[in-house]
Amino acid sequence: MPRTLTEKILARAAGRSRVAPGEIVTCRVDLALLLDSGGPRRIWPRLKELGVGVWDPDRIVLCSDHFTPAVDAESAAILQLTRDFARQFGIRRFFDMRGIGHVLLAEQGLLEPGMFAVGGDSHSSMGGAFGCFMAGFGAIEMTGVAVTGEIWIQVPDTVRVNWSGRFGPGVVAKDIVLFLCRELGMENGGRVIEYGGETVRNLSIWERMVLTNMAAELGAETGLVEADEVTLEALRAAGREPAADALDWRSDPGAGYSASHDFAATDLPPQVAAPHSPANSGPVGSFGDVRVDQAYLGACVGAKLSDLHMAAQVLKGRHVAPGTRLLVAPASTKAMADAAADGTLATLTAAGAYLLPTGCGACAALGAGVLAENEVCISSTNRNFRGRMGANTAQVWLGSPYTVAASAVAGRIADPREFLP
Amino acid sequence: MKLIEGRAWVFGDDVNTDVMAPGLYFKSPMAEMARHCLEAIDPSFAANVRPGDVVVAGRNFGVGSAREQAAMALNHLGVGAVLAVSFGRIFYRNALNFGLPALVFPAAGTVVAGDRLRVDPVAGRIENTRSGAVHAVNGIPAHLMAMVEAGGLMPWLKLRLRKENA
Ligand code: SF4
Repeated sequence: MPRTLTEKILARAAGRSRVAPGEIVTCRVDLALLLDSGGPRRIWPRLKELGVGVWDPDRIVLCSDHFTPAVDAESAAILQLTRDFARQFGIRRFFDMRGIGHVLLAEQGLLEPGMFAVGGDSHSSMGGAFGCFMAGFGAIEMTGVAVTGEIWIQVPDTVRVNWSGRFGPGVVAKDIVLFLCRELGMENGGRVIEYGGETVRNLSIWERMVLTNMAAELGAETGLVEADEVTLEALRAAGREPAADALDWRSDPGAGYSASHDFAATDLPPQVAAPHSPANSGPVGSFGDVRVDQAYLGACVGAKLSDLHMAAQVLKGRHVAPGTRLLVAPASTKAMADAAADGTLATLTAAGAYLLPTGCGACAALGAGVLAENEVCISSTNRNFRGRMGANTAQVWLGSPYTVAASAVAGRIADPREFLP
Repeated sequence: MKLIEGRAWVFGDDVNTDVMAPGLYFKSPMAEMARHCLEAIDPSFAANVRPGDVVVAGRNFGVGSAREQAAMALNHLGVGAVLAVSFGRIFYRNALNFGLPALVFPAAGTVVAGDRLRVDPVAGRIENTRSGAVHAVNGIPAHLMAMVEAGGLMPWLKLRLRKENA
């Protein structure tokens, strides 16, 4: 019987010949991502209480990204505790202030097709861009994983979402996923969103990661993209030789999808999501005139090198509007270094961008760039819930890096197509 | 597991974990964070909710961030159970992991703020003592009940480790 990619991975991880949607299975974890936010500071006290250590330090990847850099005694103590944890348990893959964990997994070549991976953060779904099953869990469950190396899963259905055609100028994966937040809604519990079709196959790994990252906003179990040459290239670029069977990790023809959707990318206009939900999305320009106090280019989903490149295309030879500020927090130190080397940072700063440290920062109101009462922000992040980026009355709009950059120049939410050749 | 009985606090659809545990209070102790639980939607909630009270919500309750402080804040405030038309997946798991019963309640829309509810999370029985309505819902799945009854994941892990070492 044909099987979905999700069923294949979960069957392997559960040590079964096959699994069916709805079944509850216990899976062995191939890789667990812990972050400073819900990682050691929540897990270590519980390990002490239980009187045990971690099941396998080599299957744990630890990143400090949420409270970086320390801005006060509390965040400094959290980062220190995270370092102590890495030392105490011998976690070799510890990335201290090197970038946002979800992006580091890709940069370091730590994911591969067919893996069963978990992360202590809702956007762990981002890893699914590599053709693996990676989902997010709370810190308490990550404690269970740290102790036992196992977790229970109710086998999800798979919804296949196909995109055909080529994007018009200024349209990118972020526009697809904002469109989907409206079209599919945010209540896709018990489902995996499997993205495919010609448009998705033509996307870089970094753009595919935008789709899987925001499977979290769709409320899905996770998102994934079947592995292909793009995936293997990304692994090699990160210094990892893909396994011989890497391309076998695909859904079989005729696999039982619970639903299948077909969309055309050709006519998709750039999308924005109005406050306070990613599902309040629509074509840019359909919401009237919106003045912008802050344009924010940041987060795992929206400040990778590819995202900085998009912004630079718009900002080249232009300047941020008076009365508007553009804040840029690159997603990793590598993205920052690469952007410095290829001139992207010079383009951004010449346009008046205010450069912030690498890390989660204002995305979750943890670091620099939080919003005051009633301020309006257009952001390349993934969530615009009330209070997410600061004051409860702040108005956060979501858009692609193109749209954020265009809006920074215009001082109001703007259509990036007016700024591109 | 004993019955839960208290007043209903009614919320709408898509209540996310950022509003239950706002990032601005991430570094604060739980008592401080809990004071701001849900304040962006109902500023009176944290100050007035009483032990045993029940949170009743629409679709997708607990959507968003994996932060376990969302479930912990409700626990800290003494919330006895959470009933919603549907749940965000991580929040649902977190709630049970902290021993906070979470039940899918399709008829949540029939509950009015301030109603008195009596909830049996194992049998899946919800009684509204104001209207007299009795609703049958799915009880907490059997595989999870052992953990919830043990008091959550931590006590359950302790039991498991003790057995392995015995
Ligand atoms: S950048 Fe934002 S969405 Fe991404 S991991 Fe950090 S807080 Fe979460």
